[in-house]
Amino acid sequence: MTEYFQSFGMSYEFAWFTATIAGILLIALPLMLAVAMIIYVDRKVLGAIMMRRGPNVVGPFGLLQSFADGLKVFLQETIIPSAANKGLFLLAPIITFTVALAAWAVIPFNSGAVLADINVGLLYVLAVSSLGVYGVVISGWASNSKYPFFSAMRAAAQMISYEVSIGFILVCVVLWANSFNLNDIIVAQKGHGLGFVNAFAFNPLLFPLFVMFLISAMAETARAPFDLTEAESELVAGYQTEYSSMSFALFWLGEYANILLMCALCAILFFGGWLPPVEWEPLYAIPGWIWLFGKMFVFFFIFSWTWGTVPRYRYDQLMRLGWKVFLPLSLLFVFLISGYLMLTRYAPL
Amino acid sequence: MFDPLEYLPILIFMFIALGISVLFVFLPMGVSRLTGVHEPTTEKNSEYECGFPAFEDPRSPFDVRFYLVAISFILFDLEAAFLFPWAVSLEYTGWAGWTAMMVFLGILAIGLAYEWKMGALNWE
Repeated sequence: MTEYFQSFGMSYEFAWFTATIAGILLIALPLMLAVAMIIYVDRKVLGAIMMRRGPNVVGPFGLLQSFADGLKVFLQETIIPSAANKGLFLLAPIITFTVALAAWAVIPFNSGAVLADINVGLLYVLAVSSLGVYGVVISGWASNSKYPFFSAMRAAAQMISYEVSIGFILVCVVLWANSFNLNDIIVAQKGHGLGFVNAFAFNPLLFPLFVMFLISAMAETARAPFDLTEAESELVAGYQTEYSSMSFALFWLGEYANILLMCALCAILFFGGWLPPVEWEPLYAIPGWIWLFGKMFVFFFIFSWTWGTVPRYRYDQLMRLGWKVFLPLSLLFVFLISGYLMLTRYAPL
Repeated sequence: MFDPLEYLPILIFMFIALGISVLFVFLPMGVSRLTGVHEPTTEKNSEYECGFPAFEDPRSPFDVRFYLVAISFILFDLEAAFLFPWAVSLEYTGWAGWTAMMVFLGILAIGLAYEWKMGALNWE
């Protein structure tokens, strides 16, 4: 893109800066639009599962529902509880949303179409997405109210528990791709399954990790069936209880941006990202970002589907799944995969 | 090799994201003052507890197991941090590097088993 702006006679530095800003806006604005639309999809899928219509009044098929909600929320009064720590109270939604946006800086949308092609992209995503827990904990603490406080405790323990196993799962993918760069990980999946399927998930050693990653992603984003942080029968609305107006909406936007990020990671790490599903020349005529968005959409549908069909976990079951099932299993797979790669790729005995 | 310029777009992105978030939080506060919906009252600004005045201080003591989880998290996340550079350098470190890391993983697995046996992972 820098070359494009240079063709207008800009100096290299200025063209680079303009191209970067344009790239950022090209990611951030469609992302916010996608979040608005995916909330609509979520409600529509949930409605279909429950055999009702879902949003269908605002705009054709209710397509503008999220925008109507956004406008309503925008015009509402921001209530700051008198007992709250005001600075931290307002800081929490800012942190949540900033972090949820910033993680997208390294996601490749097509071969070379990435804002920052850093060589430790996966590590960056892991680091930034784990910062999200601060927004939740700070909001729960600063609200100075009972339910947000309980919710923040639960959320912190839940998110860090599943982050451990996500870390080990990512190590396994990195072992196989031999790179932290998300583009390299995608390219490493070319023809991985039987020589023509572009996906790590068709590897018998990596498929269990994909299932574990998908479930951990649901727990990490506190999505049903693991939505104990906002279990409305126990905790009202969880850490968002005291929030109103746009500060409340920022938590929602951040949450859905994180869910989309997890869907994108599932697609990139295990299903070949912007590559077509199978190696077949005509399929490359379709641009890569369409493949990526299609895969993300499928994963988002799985997220919605799970929400509609699986009952909520108890907190002890959630912690048992994280620490007693996923952690030992992912450790075992680090051992198995590194051993297998040593024997077959690096130093055959 | 390491090029700090690669990270500059991320920094700019973070500032723009921060700007958008700050705008989203503070703009509605101004708008609500202009449109006149901003009317704080004592009742409205009190903390929520099912319609009652709060019974006790919300910052109550909580279960020690949350601390245990946090401490275990630090251990295992640090372990993962050691695994990351190892994972991309297997071809250089060979069997020696692999064996060393497996011994390290084994020690931590024993730690996990001990924690499990002592009931630190139980939430009944």
